[in-house]
Amino acid sequence: MDTVYRYDGSFEGFLCCVFESYVNKESPAAFQTAEDLNPTLFPIQWVESNEAHAQRILRSINRRSAYALELVEKGFLTCAEEREMMLYRFIRALYDFGPDLVRRLSDEAVHPLVKAVRHLDGEVHLLRGFTRFSDLGGALVGEIAPKNRALPLLRPHFCSRFYNERLILYDRTHREALFYRDGKWCIAPLEHFEIARPSEREAQFRRLWKRFYDTVAIAERYNPKCRRTQMPMRYWGTMTEFQDESYFEATPAAVEPPPAPAALKEGWRA
Amino acid sequence: MTVMDKLTILTDAAKYDAACTSSGARRGSKKGYIGNTSSSVAGCCHTFSADGRCVTLLKVLMTNCCIYDCKYCVNRCSNDTRRAVFTPEELSELTIEFYRRNYIEGLFLSSGVLRDPDYTMERMIQVLHLLRNTYRFNGYIHAKTIPGASPELVERLGMLADRLSVNIELPSEAGLKALAPNKTKSAILQPMKQIRNTLTENKQELVKYRHAPKFAPAGQSTQMIIGATPDSDRHILRLTQGLYDTYRLKRVFFSAYVPVVENSLLPTPDTKPPLLREHRLYQADWLLRFYGFRAEELLTDQDPNFNPLIDPKCNWALRHPEFFPVEVNTAAYEDLLRVPGVGTISARRILYARRGGTLYHEDLKKLGVVMKRAQYFLVCKGKIIDGLRFSQDTVLRGLIAAEKLPMPEIEQLTLFN
Repeated sequence: MDTVYRYDGSFEGFLCCVFESYVNKESPAAFQTAEDLNPTLFPIQWVESNEAHAQRILRSINRRSAYALELVEKGFLTCAEEREMMLYRFIRALYDFGPDLVRRLSDEAVHPLVKAVRHLDGEVHLLRGFTRFSDLGGALVGEIAPKNRALPLLRPHFCSRFYNERLILYDRTHREALFYRDGKWCIAPLEHFEIARPSEREAQFRRLWKRFYDTVAIAERYNPKCRRTQMPMRYWGTMTEFQDESYFEATPAAVEPPPAPAALKEGWRA
Repeated sequence: MTVMDKLTILTDAAKYDAACTSSGARRGSKKGYIGNTSSSVAGCCHTFSADGRCVTLLKVLMTNCCIYDCKYCVNRCSNDTRRAVFTPEELSELTIEFYRRNYIEGLFLSSGVLRDPDYTMERMIQVLHLLRNTYRFNGYIHAKTIPGASPELVERLGMLADRLSVNIELPSEAGLKALAPNKTKSAILQPMKQIRNTLTENKQELVKYRHAPKFAPAGQSTQMIIGATPDSDRHILRLTQGLYDTYRLKRVFFSAYVPVVENSLLPTPDTKPPLLREHRLYQADWLLRFYGFRAEELLTDQDPNFNPLIDPKCNWALRHPEFFPVEVNTAAYEDLLRVPGVGTISARRILYARRGGTLYHEDLKKLGVVMKRAQYFLVCKGKIIDGLRFSQDTVLRGLIAAEKLPMPEIEQLTLFN
């Protein structure tokens, strides 16, 4: 009989659902997470996370194809509808067909996943450029609102680029934040997040950037449609150059300006 | 003058320069340094300005003061405009603070000629030196060499920058003579040759000594203005091809001429910039660099200009019916690339997917092939799409309709540069 699997919402938990279905020789009608309380007519089965079970599934996928493993890991971060079902179908098909499945890019078990991962990769690529940070008391603080869970894929990029900085990057859509300092990082859920008001120095750089942005466009070539195609408006909300006037003003009780970069101190050597 | 004023003036003066990519360098982050260029392998756009152009680098002039009087240029000395000069300290602080906020991928530094070419270059080197050594900036820097500067300075600049460029300015020497009387073809090509030779030597050194200092690791590029002189597309494209072949440039940029001054030698000020023409040239440039086409194939002596209504590849395909149809399941990569509607990515996907099973028309769309164009030129297992009837004439009409004209966009989703 068809059942609905309910799990804790983690990647590990999902892999345990796959394990469960394999062991019990049943196919789930749907997946639910702990928070998701949509009523359903099917019997609900709670699946406990178990690291050993998850590892077995991961190894079994990797043994067939390393690319398939990458697709599954990334696929879990996407915003695809019925994401778990899509992944479940893919993994089942992989067990049935073997490694060659990943070449069948137009197969109905493969194409939705490949497409969702392409969308995720595209969004991550754009966000590498469109993410904005503010210097607040010496730490770089930023905010994004992506459709997919981009943070785990953005982390290596920003942590290595700003190796010596302190970083906080908040994902407004999925309410989680990346914290980084001194070569150590974590991504943790965070319900409430608000960026502090800028210091005068920070506000000044925001104004300079806005001015640069406005000046660099060539009036004779004005082409708003092309701009929207390249940079969809859903990203504009967290970008400095599209904020209203108050964003560019420092508060009277400003944050302390950050100290000079360490690299500027005399006698400094790597 | 405040930094805000300087930024405004010197951005305004630099904006007509087309090149703004950050691709080609791969350098990981280093402890104690800020930044890397590893996202730049594929290029990274940080924003798009209102004209739809990608903004990657802080593109400014060091100064818009200039001793030259090139007719087409806003910064020519006879133009009555506000002038400003960045100090190296101001510019390097601006770059670092923009970079930390992830506004930019690095700096694109060009300059008007202040006093003389050598003096200008020395000041540019000062900026780069400050960035690299005092601020320990490890991000991307693109620097423009000043025509006429001494070879030693070009070499020093290249040791600090990721990419160097020398603007070829106009597509022909006649144009140069008429519009840029202070510049000569040889003065432009000389540093280009020098950069090419130094790049080759540097490559050999790097083989011998792994830690030899790198000279312009992202190579060199150039740009030319389109539409200020009467040169044909064929002439421009052959010149471009020559530059890739002879000087091993990474990129040639085209900049549609925006009338900024009135001069009897130039198009009148109410001329619209030839954006569509620029777009077609960029498409053709892509065909040269990634699709294995040669300039002579794309344009002939009888037909020296591109048809504005269809893209250069469709144009070629219509004139070469003997090449088609191409069989999706067996054709070589090079042949697939010549099919309109198939790009480098979808061609590679076809190669990958067909090893897993036979491909049919309904699969191709999922692989990213644009069937509106490709349908006339492809067969799967010897068959064309069911129910498709066409003649030379209807194909042309279909392709024009697929084009959704205009809007020309200035390229720059640089994926493999």
